[in-house]
Amino acid sequence: MSYITKPKVAYAGLNKNKLGLTIRNYEGGMSTLCAGCGHDSITAALIQACFELNIPPERAAKMSGIGCSSKTPAYFLNAAHGINAVHGRMPAIATGANAANRNLYYIGVSGDGDSLSIGLGPFAHSIRRNLNMLYIIENNGVYGLTKGQFSASADMGSTTPKGQLNQQPPIDPVLLALSLGGSFVARSFSGDKEQLVPLIKAGLTHKGFALLDVISPCVTFNDHQGSTKSYAYTRAHSHETIHTDFIPHADEIKVEYDEGAVVPVQLHDGSQILLRKVDPDYNPKDPGDAISYIQHHHEKGEIVTGLLYLDDNARDLHAVANTTDQPLTELSYDKLCPGAKALEDVFEAYR
Amino acid sequence: MNPTDTSNPDYFHKVVDCQWACPAHTDVPEYIRLIAQGRYTDAYMVNRESNVFPGILGRVCDRPCEPACRRGRVDEKPVAICRLKRVAADLCGEISQRLPTIPKKKNGKRVALIGAGCASLTVANDLLPLGYEIVMFEKLQQTGGLMRSNIPAFRLPPKVLDGEINIILDMGVDLRLGAPVTSLKELLTESYDAVFVGTGAPLGRNLEIPGRYDTDQIFVGIQWLESVAFGHTNSIGERVVVIGGGNTAMDCCRTSLRLGGKEVKVIARKPMDMLKASDWELEGAIEENVEMVTNHAPEEFIIENGKLTGVKFSEVEWYEDEDGRLRSKKLKDVVVPCDSVILAIGQENAFSFIERDIGLEFDNWDMPIVDKVTMQSTREGVFFGGDAAFGPLNIIWAVEHGHQAAISIHNYCQGIPVSDRPSYGMNLASTKMGIHEWSYSNDFDAITRRLVPHVSLNERFQNLNIEVELGFKAEQTVKEVERCLNCDMQTVFKANICIECDACVDVCPVSCLIIAKNGSEDELRLRLKTPALNKDQDIFVSETLPQTGKVMVKDENVCIHCGLCAERCPTGAWDMQKFTLNIPYATHSPCTKRKKIA
Repeated sequence: MSYITKPKVAYAGLNKNKLGLTIRNYEGGMSTLCAGCGHDSITAALIQACFELNIPPERAAKMSGIGCSSKTPAYFLNAAHGINAVHGRMPAIATGANAANRNLYYIGVSGDGDSLSIGLGPFAHSIRRNLNMLYIIENNGVYGLTKGQFSASADMGSTTPKGQLNQQPPIDPVLLALSLGGSFVARSFSGDKEQLVPLIKAGLTHKGFALLDVISPCVTFNDHQGSTKSYAYTRAHSHETIHTDFIPHADEIKVEYDEGAVVPVQLHDGSQILLRKVDPDYNPKDPGDAISYIQHHHEKGEIVTGLLYLDDNARDLHAVANTTDQPLTELSYDKLCPGAKALEDVFEAYR
Repeated sequence: MNPTDTSNPDYFHKVVDCQWACPAHTDVPEYIRLIAQGRYTDAYMVNRESNVFPGILGRVCDRPCEPACRRGRVDEKPVAICRLKRVAADLCGEISQRLPTIPKKKNGKRVALIGAGCASLTVANDLLPLGYEIVMFEKLQQTGGLMRSNIPAFRLPPKVLDGEINIILDMGVDLRLGAPVTSLKELLTESYDAVFVGTGAPLGRNLEIPGRYDTDQIFVGIQWLESVAFGHTNSIGERVVVIGGGNTAMDCCRTSLRLGGKEVKVIARKPMDMLKASDWELEGAIEENVEMVTNHAPEEFIIENGKLTGVKFSEVEWYEDEDGRLRSKKLKDVVVPCDSVILAIGQENAFSFIERDIGLEFDNWDMPIVDKVTMQSTREGVFFGGDAAFGPLNIIWAVEHGHQAAISIHNYCQGIPVSDRPSYGMNLASTKMGIHEWSYSNDFDAITRRLVPHVSLNERFQNLNIEVELGFKAEQTVKEVERCLNCDMQTVFKANICIECDACVDVCPVSCLIIAKNGSEDELRLRLKTPALNKDQDIFVSETLPQTGKVMVKDENVCIHCGLCAERCPTGAWDMQKFTLNIPYATHSPCTKRKKIA
């Protein structure tokens, strides 16, 4: 943390987006995480993505649980809504919030402990239900807030700074999401904003559950020689399979591309994602292929990154539940609660 | 781009915009911090080392530092540097203990200084501590040159002037007042080891248009101000026209108001935005209800029955011709009635005492040919400085000329080539005091520039000598000092320990950092998060970073030196280091480090 807050300097040359806001309007409080924490970079990427997408800050809801990662919603979009839930229960709270108001941008920020240990159940079910939200796992392989024990995402063979070996296999949230029918599955790295920012923009625009597993090095407990989630290791072993370009619907597509190497995907709001295949053999539309590809590369010690799977036709929770298009929060009371007579009719229908 | 060479003092010096813009390279942020700590005497001495006359300059400096101030680019108004300098001078304590000791045993060299203005005084200030014998010739009965004769007392009180001049005279100048040098040739035959010409530009330019010599109510500004300063003139007509648009015109109109002028107009040929007067001098005149008339070219003085009744002007319009040159087109004749006219249309040098056959060459404009670095003329051993060297500039330039001439004279007298000059050096020292603590006030204060209080319009005209500006009050000073961005607290980067976590890039409040693939300068400038379009400001490019082979790029333009990049850096690759420029002066050894005052 820092004693002074980031000064609000209104200097000429600061860009404005279509809402007339500067990037400074998307910031939050001063981070109290360790200097150099990957989470702060992800925060910055979120700020940039929301600024570039012209999201009105008050139209976003920040959801988090417990952990270093779950502190980060305090550091972006000061003007947004937000709930800091109990440990591992953020997906449940997000489901409730989303049910009540489907018109907000839901940004869930969680960690490997919050999502893959205590919160694995709620996490898995929110994927299954295709809850419409962006779900970021700030994945550093350790429990930073309790002084750096291995988490459930730590790789076999990685060590603590003092050399103790991790001997338990990791849970890979990407493989988990693919096996659970996730509609948007991506992995990135906090140290690569060129990849991360378009993925966040695509995830925020995707209608359904967008899982973004971001390797986010813990500078204090897991940025050493024996770590497989350090800045240096991730840079050396990261394998970008699919590069994502996000094109907002207002912009005309000007990029020329080779049909075989690029998969264009139209999103529900008219914007477009271009999946540029860095590896020509990879098929981002087939979850089975994706799983074997990721496992194969993981065995070679490589971290596969990019938008690894996308199903733009999957129905989200609201579509399955056939809820009204109008958010429940905006319905008048008599519509929301039509009274004893209406309840009687419902019961009657089941008799 | 190649990695930026920060070992050359120029790089970090340029980041300290005020110090870079100051001809004498005054360490502005350092003395502002000392004022903030209430260490006024220390602040005064930091000033005195480079600019010699802090009390004088704190009132009447041309302030090249202020338009350069980074604060002006960040939120429009620069720090009131000049007025803070005055605070240091006004509240300065006893300094006699801190002045250099003058050796009893002289070094046997005699130097003649012609003129007792700021340039000559600076040369004396620099050479007396080295054991030189200084003889100063002044044609008038008083020292100070144009500082005394041309700057009215309501802007620069004689007490301040005398105080700072006497410090130097008391070092042991052999001062000869009322002793004009009438022949340089003759002076050179006397036993001087070097001669310095600091005679200024003491002549006002004349305006030869019809009627010029048909009345005694047309005055030449420079001479008229001198005559007022020495008490020879104490009245003027009620309706005064001042012709000109520079700082002298402002002094003339304001002085007229104090000598009986009731309706005073400044009339200039050029439009308002092209007037030569400094903004604050224009404001000073406008505050006193002087009417500014622009786009009027003088044509004729109107004399009726031997009495001046007015001036005929052509009202003009300015346009650019096909070569881009500014031309004027006459619109109509305008007669401005008046009782007196003051001409303030420029200054000229007077070198009638320099014979043209002594090996001292003059150029086509009848100006001596003077080396810009060494200040030496084409005759060895004769040096120039101040307005005498390159025409009218300002006090702070004259001081810098004096410093450079002193180095040259010292070299010359010791048999070292004058071109063999001591170099600038620098010192960098970390300001880190703890995890979140720096040895300077690093938070950004968005407060606006404080305004200096003035004596009310009712009171100020009662006496010619009432100083109009009152100087900052204590509560204004404490606020104004916090506006300084401490640009000398440099962001120093070590590429080899950077882990490219982006923490600095993300936290920077003005988005001036980026980690990127290297490229050409033009292209890198555009790739910064906020494009670096101000080409006057450098961009820093680091050595190649170890993990990705990218480079750290910093745009110096609007960095507010808050230190957050260093504070959020996990490896200490960024550090905030205090930059001290070691300015060479004439000294015993070729290059001594600057004495540490703070």
